[in-house]
Amino acid sequence: MSFERFGKIGFISETKVASFVKHLEDGKIMATRCSRCGKLYFPPRADCPDDLSTDMTWQQLSGRCKLLTYTTAHFAPTGFRDDVPYTIGLAECEEGVKVYALLSKDIDEKEMRIGMDLQVTPVRLPNSRITYELKKA
Amino acid sequence: MGVAIVGVGQTPFRRNCGINIRELCFEAFKEALEDINLAPKEIDASVVCSAPEYDKQRSPAGLISEYLGLASKPTLYAESLCSSSSTGVRVGYSFIKSGLHEIVAVIGFQKMSEISSAEAQERMGRGADIQWESPFGTMMPAGYAMFARSHMHKYGTTEGQLAKIKVKSGKYALSNPLAMFRREVTLEECLKARVIASPLKMFDCCANADGASCVIMASEEKARKITDTPVRVAGIGAASDTLSTTSRTNLTGLDCAIQAGKQAYKMAHIEPKNVDVAEVHDCFTIAELMAYENLGFCKPGEGGKLIEESQTYIGGEIPVNVDGGLLSKGHPIGATGGSQIRTIVLQLQGRAGKTQVGGAEIGLVHNIGGIGLYGNVTILKR
Ligand SMILES: [Zn+2]
Repeated sequence: MSFERFGKIGFISETKVASFVKHLEDGKIMATRCSRCGKLYFPPRADCPDDLSTDMTWQQLSGRCKLLTYTTAHFAPTGFRDDVPYTIGLAECEEGVKVYALLSKDIDEKEMRIGMDLQVTPVRLPNSRITYELKKA
Repeated sequence: MGVAIVGVGQTPFRRNCGINIRELCFEAFKEALEDINLAPKEIDASVVCSAPEYDKQRSPAGLISEYLGLASKPTLYAESLCSSSSTGVRVGYSFIKSGLHEIVAVIGFQKMSEISSAEAQERMGRGADIQWESPFGTMMPAGYAMFARSHMHKYGTTEGQLAKIKVKSGKYALSNPLAMFRREVTLEECLKARVIASPLKMFDCCANADGASCVIMASEEKARKITDTPVRVAGIGAASDTLSTTSRTNLTGLDCAIQAGKQAYKMAHIEPKNVDVAEVHDCFTIAELMAYENLGFCKPGEGGKLIEESQTYIGGEIPVNVDGGLLSKGHPIGATGGSQIRTIVLQLQGRAGKTQVGGAEIGLVHNIGGIGLYGNVTILKR
């Protein structure tokens, strides 16, 4: 099980949290929780810097979140040029962690506003790749 | 024992400079040593600064040190993206303060035309967390645009206020022969320009450039023998923030700049209102506006009002980026901090020509790496 299928373009293949991709295929957005101090991490991480614990458990997020800020990009790095314009958003989940992802293309730019309700949703991409995006709640 | 700056130099910032990195650095080094009583062989260490993703030369410090005639003296490479040469100055300060060295040359450079635009395009996407943010097609303008959107929402800052920062930049760039863009831009042009990453448009963004800068630092005792007009490093602050956007709590300002500023003010025993002239890191118009607030030139949320009232022009409360800033000069990553320091040193020495701020005694340099990732604030005194 490798992480390299995550995202439209991936740069990382090996990571201790690679099973995030498997959960994503099952339709789940998973965070990790430190078993020692209880801190919740999203994006998930394998190690807690607060107490140096590596004892983490997976926890599913509801996906319910609110938009904190966003931008519509009209220029893009390699691999994304055919997709412009696209909107990148930062949202806060009800569990308190933040999600950085694209806003679904079916949300009109005029509808976008800070504070709007969104849903983090797994999305399958061509070539058996997978990602998540922010859809209308 | 204090630390002073005794010489500063900079090449013109331009596209496709047509010379190699060692020759670029030599130009800046030569200017820094002009009119001061210092031979290159008296320099006892060098710090070479750039952002390595644009370099073809592996480990450039050795190459640059040799070309400047500094081989045999210790040299090293310092990197913190767009604030690399401020980090170099911090290393130079520590060398001198510790007594390890008495005279240090800090050379910053970037030849951004060294790589093809396709290569640059590819690297652009990898400035973010490559595991969790780059797979969404992010890049620098998008990062700052998210701060702009958030600032507008929270404080009512307008696109017009951001555009006024570029209008100021264009006006002062006319007097800077080393700037890449030397023309005035109207408010209408700014507002009608094509969108790069909303709400930021073309004139809200700085441009890539080739260039080099050099700062010669010395112990105050040595400095007095080298020049009649040494400029003292009165305060020097540095901080970092998370690379990932998801770990940030402040979306309307850069915490690393706030922290670095507080450290520098405390060390220099001054307050923001004591600063006579400032250079801030305006890679985007929103970055300059946030700098006003983060450095305490105005309260959080009042940056828009400050530029609206022209308070950051010469004659205003605090003149900012009177050399045109990155928005007009261009932004050769590793050279930028040294260029900002050069502008302030010239101001404090009374050598700033048409854009001289009368009676300037205290100057400040704010230099940021990444999207608020590395913060550096340096306070200089006449
Ligand atoms: Zn923990």
